[in-house]
Amino acid sequence: MTIELFLLAAAGLFAIGLYGALSQQSIVMLMMGLELMLNGVILAAAAFWYFLAPAGTEGQVLIVVVVTAMAVEMAAGFAVATAIYRARQVDMTDGAADLKG
Amino acid sequence: MVVTFWVLALAAVVFGFGVFRLNSMAQVTFSLLASFLAVAGLVLLLGLGYLGVVIVLMMVIEMVIMAIFMIMYMMNPAGLMPMAMYHNKPGAMTISVGTFVLLATGILLVDWPQRTGAPAPDPTFALGRALMGEQMLTMMTLGITLFATIVATVVLSTGRGRYDRLGDDLDARSADDPLGGGVGR
Repeated sequence: MTIELFLLAAAGLFAIGLYGALSQQSIVMLMMGLELMLNGVILAAAAFWYFLAPAGTEGQVLIVVVVTAMAVEMAAGFAVATAIYRARQVDMTDGAADLKG
Repeated sequence: MVVTFWVLALAAVVFGFGVFRLNSMAQVTFSLLASFLAVAGLVLLLGLGYLGVVIVLMMVIEMVIMAIFMIMYMMNPAGLMPMAMYHNKPGAMTISVGTFVLLATGILLVDWPQRTGAPAPDPTFALGRALMGEQMLTMMTLGITLFATIVATVVLSTGRGRYDRLGDDLDARSADDPLGGGVGR
């Protein structure tokens, strides 16, 4: 186990999540991509903490922040999806392109 | 330990890839959950017992809630038909593979510093001390953010609130409801 292996796994998760966030049409699937990216960030933070600075607590605090960000992202994302679906039955990103330009 | 690492790391990536390959919403959600659980296992492997368990508990609940929303909003909840809901798939693939190559190059080329210090005897205790001590500002920011999220999500997801029914000053004589209700109306 080395830091490189952990970070490579984290980079893999981040890249897969990025692919999903960019390619998915459904708002809910797009949020899954974002969650997967944050999943990679958690893994990278844990690896940085363990392999570089285990004496400090900054790595652990970063994980707490990311986990909170995941919860906030999901709650806010579902609220927005609910609001836009209620307003005009849109559940795909292509139906909500008003700000594109 | 090394075997556990490889099993969990491969599981995290494979299940993560499954999220965008499987056909049913329920399968997709539980594939994402499996990926989260594998990462939680890796965090546990690094000696962060508390945070690993927190991730497990949070993600199990979060994904079960997510499954409900998925089935509410998405077509094909049962996975009886193949589904494809992509736009600009080649572009997305190029960008994500490029990102991975860039990150991997950095990871492999950087001369990582030596490990300094040793983990606290009880990392959970150290985390608690940090959050209630020098990281208090972080903790307070998180608290305010979570509270703002609660307010924002309720406002966003409310269909018709009291300001729609009773006017901006809440002083309408009778509520403006699409359907009358109550006794004697």
